[in-house]
Parts: sequence; C-alpha cells; structure tokens
Amino acid sequence: MAQPAVAAPDLTARFPDLVTPDTRKGYSGYIVKPEGLLEFARALRDEYGYDYLSSLTGVDYLPEGQMEVVYHAYKITGGPPLVFKVQVPREDPVVPSVTSIWPGANFQEREAWDLLGIRFEGHPNLKRILLWEGFWGHPLRKDWREPYYEGEHKPFKNRTAGPHFWHEDHTPFGKNVDYPPGFDPYAWDPETADEVLYQSVIQRTRKPRQEELHSEQVVVNLGPQHPSTHGVFRMIATLDGETVVALEPVMGYLHRNHEKIGERNTWIMNIPYTDRLDYITAMSNNFGYVLAVEKLMGLEPPERAQYLRVIMAELTRVMNHLWAIGFLLNDLGAFFTPALYALEERELILDVFEAASGSRMMNNYMRFGGVVRDIPEDAWDMLVKLVTDRLPRKIDELDRFLTHNELVRSRCMGVGVLTPEQAIAFSTAGPVLRASGVPYDVRRAEPYGIYDRFDFDVAVRYHGDVYDRYLIRLDEARQSLRILQQAIRDIPERGAPLLAGKPQYQVRVPAGEAYGRVEGPKGELGFYVVSTGKTNPWRYHVRAPSFINLTALEAMSIGNKVADLVIILGSIDIVLGEVDR
Amino acid sequence: MKRPNGDELQKPGYEIPDELKGSVVVTTLNRLYNWGRRNSVWPMMFGLACCAIEMIATAASRYDLARFGMEVMRPSPRQSDVMIVSGTVTKRMAPLIVRLYNQMPMPKYVIAMGACASGGGPFKEGYNVVSGVDKLIPVDVYIPGCPPTPEALLFGLMKLQQKIEKQSFKEVYTKPDYIPEPVLGPDLMDPRDYPKIREYTQKKLQELQEQAAQAAQG
Ligand code: SF4
Repeated sequence: MAQPAVAAPDLTARFPDLVTPDTRKGYSGYIVKPEGLLEFARALRDEYGYDYLSSLTGVDYLPEGQMEVVYHAYKITGGPPLVFKVQVPREDPVVPSVTSIWPGANFQEREAWDLLGIRFEGHPNLKRILLWEGFWGHPLRKDWREPYYEGEHKPFKNRTAGPHFWHEDHTPFGKNVDYPPGFDPYAWDPETADEVLYQSVIQRTRKPRQEELHSEQVVVNLGPQHPSTHGVFRMIATLDGETVVALEPVMGYLHRNHEKIGERNTWIMNIPYTDRLDYITAMSNNFGYVLAVEKLMGLEPPERAQYLRVIMAELTRVMNHLWAIGFLLNDLGAFFTPALYALEERELILDVFEAASGSRMMNNYMRFGGVVRDIPEDAWDMLVKLVTDRLPRKIDELDRFLTHNELVRSRCMGVGVLTPEQAIAFSTAGPVLRASGVPYDVRRAEPYGIYDRFDFDVAVRYHGDVYDRYLIRLDEARQSLRILQQAIRDIPERGAPLLAGKPQYQVRVPAGEAYGRVEGPKGELGFYVVSTGKTNPWRYHVRAPSFINLTALEAMSIGNKVADLVIILGSIDIVLGEVDR
Repeated sequence: MKRPNGDELQKPGYEIPDELKGSVVVTTLNRLYNWGRRNSVWPMMFGLACCAIEMIATAASRYDLARFGMEVMRPSPRQSDVMIVSGTVTKRMAPLIVRLYNQMPMPKYVIAMGACASGGGPFKEGYNVVSGVDKLIPVDVYIPGCPPTPEALLFGLMKLQQKIEKQSFKEVYTKPDYIPEPVLGPDLMDPRDYPKIREYTQKKLQELQEQAAQAAQG
C-alpha cells in the first residue's frame, strides 16, 4: 500500500507497570490499567503523535465478568490505528474520562454510559445521551432484555418453526413496555428530565450579574419538530441578546437500537440494517460494514467487485453532497428551489442504484467478499453518461448559481468557524475536518479497497466556516467524478466473478475483533465488531460521523447569532439515522 | 355516494332559466366541501426517519406532489390537515407525536408511511421503538414498504383523497379530539394505564420478595 510502514512504538517498554499487550486470539493492541489511562493517553497524544481519537466504545464481556472500553487513536498525518483497552469489573465499572485529552470523546463516553453503564470519572457532563434521564437500565448490557425479548440470536424459532405469534400477545400491556418492580407511576414527575437538562445548560453559562446594565440570558429550545433541523434533532441554546453563549445538542429521538438488534442478528442480516444508518448513503455504509467483517474473515473480493464497490461509494458521495448543498440552501432561506436542482440529479443516480440493487435507497448491495450482482447493461450506459457528461455539467451549474451569490456569501462567510486544532481535538471527520484545513481523508490516510490505485486530490479548504464547508462539498463531488471516470475506464470486463467464495446465508466469522473504516460522505464511518466465532456478532458498534461531528457544534456556534444556528447545523450535514442509530 | 352522471345534472327536474344555463352548478354541500378539502390536503412538514427522504423525493420534481394540491408542507401542526408519519416512532418521540397530533385542527388525518410507522418494521423488537404509530394515534391510511416508493406514497395519498370524498360533514368532526400524551418514565407510560402499571409492578415486587424469602429459608 502507499503508506510507508511505520513501526508501532513499543509502549510496553515505556510503561512496564501499566501496559500489557493484548494477547487474546484475534485481538491486537494494548491493555492499559485504568489508573494509568490518563498518563498513557497524554503520552500517546503528546509524544507519539496520536492526536486523533477516532472511536471509543465499550464491550460487555459477560462470561468474563468484565467491561472493556476500546479506544482507536490515529495520527492525523495518516497510518494505522493504535488500539488500546481498559478493563474494569462489570459491577459498577468506572473508567477515567479522556475528555481532557481528546475532547472528541465527550459524546462517545456519554453513549457508553447511557447504553452500557460505564461511568467515566471526570467527565464534565455525564448524562444519558440517546435515551432519556430516568430510563430503566443500560440496554446494551448482555443481561438486559427488552420487553419483546425472544432469544439470544436469530433466526428465532418463531420464524422458522412452530406456531407464529405476535410479540404484543406475549407482553402484559400488549405493548413494547416493561416497568421495574415496585414502581409507582403516580409518584413520577415527567418534568424532571427536561428540568435536569435546562438546569445543566443554565449552570454552565451563568455569569455574574452586571450591575450597571441589567441583562439576562435566555434559554431557547429548538426542535425536535422544527422546519430546519434535518429530522428530529433538538438544540438548547443559551442566548445573550442574540448571541449564542452555550449550546447543547439533544438527540436520541430516532434511537432505533441498531446495535442491540445488530448483536442478535446473524452477520449477514446486519447488511440491510446498515442501509438504514445514514439512509442517504446506504452504499457507503454497506462498504464499511463488509470491510470490517472481511478483515476478520480474511476475505479479498475479486477485481470487478472492488471496482463496483468504489463506483457505488463514489456515486453515493456525489449524491450526498448534492443533497447537502441543496438543503443547506434550504436552511439559508432559498426554500426548495436549489434543493429541486440537486434532487433531480439524485433521482438519476438512484435509478442506477435501483437497477443494480433493486431498491432506490435501501440498497443492501454488498456482501462479504464481493457484491451481490452486477449492474445491468442499460444501467451501465446510463451510469457512463451520467459520470462523463451530465453530472460534471450539473455540478458546474450549481457552482455557477450559488458560489458567487451575494446572499450565500454574506450569510456563510465567517460564520460557524472551527479552527484546525479544534477540528482535530473534537474528532470531527470528513468535510467538516477538511474544511478547517486538515487534509485527512481515510481513502488516503489508510487506503482500503482499491483506493490506492486512483489519482485524486484530497480536497481541503482553510477557513473552517460554513462557506468553506459548502465549497468543499463541490470540490469533493468533482474529485469523486474523477475517481468514477477512472473506475469506469479500468473496470474488468463484465462476466468476471463478483464474489469470493460461494454465496452463503450463514457465515461463520473467526473469533477476534476488527475495526473497519471508510471515508463516508459525512466523514469517517467505522464499524467495530467483535466475534466469538458464533453466527452473530458479540459486539457491533458503529462510529457514526454525524454523531461525532456534532461534538463540535457548540464550539462552532458560540459567538454567532441565533439565526445562524440553523445553517451551522446544516453545514455539518447530519443525518439522524446515524446520529441516534 | 352515487355519482350523478352528466345527463342528470342537465335535467335536475325543474326548469332552469335560460340565462343561467351553463353557468350554474348544482351540488350538495358535502360534495363541494369535500372537493375543496381533498384537493388541498396540506401535510405537516414532519420527517422522522428514512421514509422522510422518500417523502421529500415525492415532493420534488420527478414525482411532484403539487399535482395533488399537497405541496404546501406546513411546519406548524396548526396549519396542517394530514400528518405523514414517515419513519420509526421511538418511545422518546412518542409524547411529541401525540402532542403534535393534538395540536392539529379538525378534521385531521394520519398516514402511516412505511413498515416502521405501520407496525415497527425492521426495528420492532428494539427497546426504544413503538410498534406502529397506531399504538398512539388513529391512522387513516397505511402504506407498506421500507421505504415505500414515491409511487406508493402517492397511491396512499390518493386513497386518502378517496376517503375524504366519502365523508360527510357530520362524521368529519366526531373523531376523538384529544389523546392524553404518553409520559417518559422508566419506560413509556400511557396515563390511562397508570392503575394497570401500578398493579403490575406491585405484583412483580411481591414475587421478588417471595423469592427472596424462599431463598432465605432454603
Ligand atoms: S420503514 Fe424502512 S425506510 Fe421507513 S423508516 Fe422504517 S426502516 Fe426506514
């Protein structure tokens, strides 16, 4: 690969008392003692240059009675990850928070607390994030069961043999609900959760009262039902006059338990679920997941399949960026007309997807070791015309209409600035990171698939404002077209095999862990999977770029006017399916 | 309702003065009213999940919802006629959906778009998912699909138009207007279920205590 092999630093020699190598079969990296975590992490960042914490998640090893927190740190200059883990007992697990070293851990630690019940000591704001305050239990723990619980893994008996039944008939309320013993609903005050939320925001920003000029801060709630929030997303902003002084994103309104369901599914059943993560970019999601599992299985897809994957992923990127630009303009007040232009092209790309996969949006196209079928010939012709002729024209057209538009410029320039240091610290990824002047693209930094064969530039812009985040999407769409043009030129002849091995319904994946990541249109999309050698994953975690990019939302918004909040959010380009999973 | 044909309309059974011929329409109030209503069904601009993307695509150029008089998406529930529940209904969102429904003026309609809104869909077993929006609010049209294609959504909307056409003034205003909002406790709670919930949790507590007592003895 293009990357020069960097010798991993020998950390066990440096920290003999704190660090041991992870010797479990199929695992890699280091195990760090919790008391030494902060020291270790600080050394990693400051001395070894691992300044980008990509993913942080927890795993519940029920049989061993352990909770494990897994960290994936990267160098922003590229190269493979450094994986390290902290193990704590399952009962009341406490781990020091690394937010002081990598602020990007903020939301991820809150998620691990919410879903797994791991307490992070020293976290500035350890509240639930996807569920609400007061929810009963931590659902990703292996011994936590939902009201509709049926069995540890699929396919369930009900579906294969025996009389079929409705889940509803097997729960006491005929609904998907359950309550703790002794709970008294009359004593419950539903307002507490919101009260806690507002108080925490107010507390954070309370400033000493100024005597001469009597002014007060207001707390404003935006969402979750709001015309501009790209789905059910909520922000709580504290305003001083019209200026934002603090902001807290509130999410979870679309928390669909992707990971819990994913751990019951067989490996292959998860592919269609990944479509529904970021439902605008189903193809790249497929790509990330199969990549992670292929790492475990040691599969290498055949040539034509590799090319088809790249073609699909890059088309997705073009489509996503068109969409993002259209809806950014929506947020700016140019209601729906620019979006119509973008959506028109999107429909044409969707036609290609539909011809290849059978569905417009939920493609379920890739498989472990390849893709499921070829693009039909007429769709291929459509694709070639699109890529060589129509899309370049249309992107230029958008550029011509929007880039020098006075309104776009005056509303976007200098708004929502994110400095490069902040962008790295907050673990942002994708266009948000690159618009701040950090040329980090997974396709270059750690090439996967066949991306090392293509000639393309990593688009970078340097101001880190909304305008640059708009421009970079145009740049990236153009680069994607370059890749596409090379791919349709070089792809092997039709008829070549598309799948390594033969198609299987039930794959067995060797025990171990793997982290597969791709440069999705929204940023680095990672899948952390742990296999115990069974037919379903033990742990299935998604590093969702939209979710982590939101960590930077507060930093971008502070000091801006409340009217600009909406476009700042629009410029991050989030999709709630991925934020909340 | 039987549609009168053209001939009947020309010969209503009484004399029409010459100067009015060709310029007067005789109809029932119901039909006139429904004709107006069914051609200006304003949906609420309210997207929940993946299905919302197809809803937007339906409103965009290729499928053009405007042909049905429905392109006026209103962000405020107070100005909308139909709520297209386009996506997974989560427990966390449930109180808000009911609140939005309550805020809509009569007559109001609900379309459950997609598998999730109709019955939980692929995420049905999830701990934070409500198995279908009809567990919360009454639904008029269910559209299958995951996601339903824009054509399917259009078909569903046309079905709604047919339904509107058949309604009479009276029945339009007799649906229950207000639904108590569910409450987020340790799990989603319907205020109407409180007695049942208490009974259930007390029983569970008792069982636990009995088990503990037995364990202590044995
Ligand atoms: S029915 Fe399918 S497409 Fe629609 S919201 Fe549910 S998962 Fe998404």
